[in-house]
Amino acid sequence: MTYVTDNEPDWLLARPIHEPTVGGMQATSDEALISRIATGDRLAMQVLYARHHVRVYRFVLRLVGGNAAVAEDLISDVFLDVWRQAGKFEARSAASTWLLAIARFKALSAMRRKPEEELDEETAGAIEDPADDPEVTAQKKDKGEILRKCLTALSPEHREIIDLVYYHEKSVEEVAGIVGIPEATVKTRMFYARKKLSELLKAAGVDRGWP
Amino acid sequence: MIASRDKAPEREDIEALLPWHAAGTLSRRDADRVEQALAQDAELARRFELVREEMAETIHLNETLGAPSARVAQRLFAAIDAEEDKTTRRPLKFDLGGWLAGLVEHFSPRALAWSGVAAAVAILLQAGLLAGVFLGERGHSYQTASYGEPTASAPGAYALVRFNPNASVGDITKFFDQHKASLVEGPRAGGIYRIQVSKTNLSRDELAKLVAQLAEDKNVVAFIAPTP
Repeated sequence: MTYVTDNEPDWLLARPIHEPTVGGMQATSDEALISRIATGDRLAMQVLYARHHVRVYRFVLRLVGGNAAVAEDLISDVFLDVWRQAGKFEARSAASTWLLAIARFKALSAMRRKPEEELDEETAGAIEDPADDPEVTAQKKDKGEILRKCLTALSPEHREIIDLVYYHEKSVEEVAGIVGIPEATVKTRMFYARKKLSELLKAAGVDRGWP
Repeated sequence: MIASRDKAPEREDIEALLPWHAAGTLSRRDADRVEQALAQDAELARRFELVREEMAETIHLNETLGAPSARVAQRLFAAIDAEEDKTTRRPLKFDLGGWLAGLVEHFSPRALAWSGVAAAVAILLQAGLLAGVFLGERGHSYQTASYGEPTASAPGAYALVRFNPNASVGDITKFFDQHKASLVEGPRAGGIYRIQVSKTNLSRDELAKLVAQLAEDKNVVAFIAPTP
């Protein structure tokens, strides 16, 4: 997988993504906060930070392979960018989508500075080898726990899309905006992420009969 | 046979939408299409259950990731304070009083006598502007979704506060720490914030006493009043 972005792109700041009908009230409130932040209202910044920092942190943490120190540095950078760039926010996307797009850019830039092999080793090290004794593993642990282990074992690209759809509740259009790929590719990538998850589950002794 | 072949791409399309249907982020039209397909296709319904299972465990996994330490916020707001010192970014406010005082310094006694009349007019004008701003802000007030009005059963004691515009983030943070208070909601119209001043319920007298104590911190508090 290649993440190549030399300069922070303009689309990060004003992307034409439309907020879905869900969460409209939240978006309005965030928009007002960002307007206040643009005039230098630090308390509005505190409120926005309090509202979003945990989810942004978790998104970044998963992207950087679980390194909490790196994730903490990155979210500090993300919100500092929000402080600096609030005046450029055009409210055509939900604030949370804008935050995740900035966070993703920061995380991938940090990952570029780290060899991918190292990340893969970390990922591999984070789970037990399911091929060792799948039946025993399946007996010892409940299906949910195995599923979570397999979710952790997915590639960063697949982890990212699954997190955005299932945890961050982003629409096809919003995921396309955050990741920078066409909507059709979003659906295809999600399908392959789920397929890979099923393969990992099967290797761990859980056959779901799909795909 | 032809009909079933025609249905295959449609089924694939629907199946691709299942994750977003589980998350509730589809348009009404697509959600209806998926619902209809699920009602007619038992295998698709079984696969939808797999999606829901994945979603539940993804949420579980993310929720166990914890939260960043308080140091992140300290570092962030220290950086913001440092930037504020360097830049000239200021709130868009016009200090009418300061402007008038500066003007008066350069006037002769005769001119000052006339300016008394002008000042009276200016005060009336300012009052009118303030009323306009107040009414305008009331008209544009909003309510956050995540910080809605607490229910009657929500424990704790609360106050409405407007912070002193000269208070720094550090001052406000210290204020919260010292008084074991926390921000609940805001800013509302007029820069009012709702804060929790006690985690347990207080009687009306106890709350009034506590609010009076908090009001003494004039470097931070410009206005404070008890609220349910």
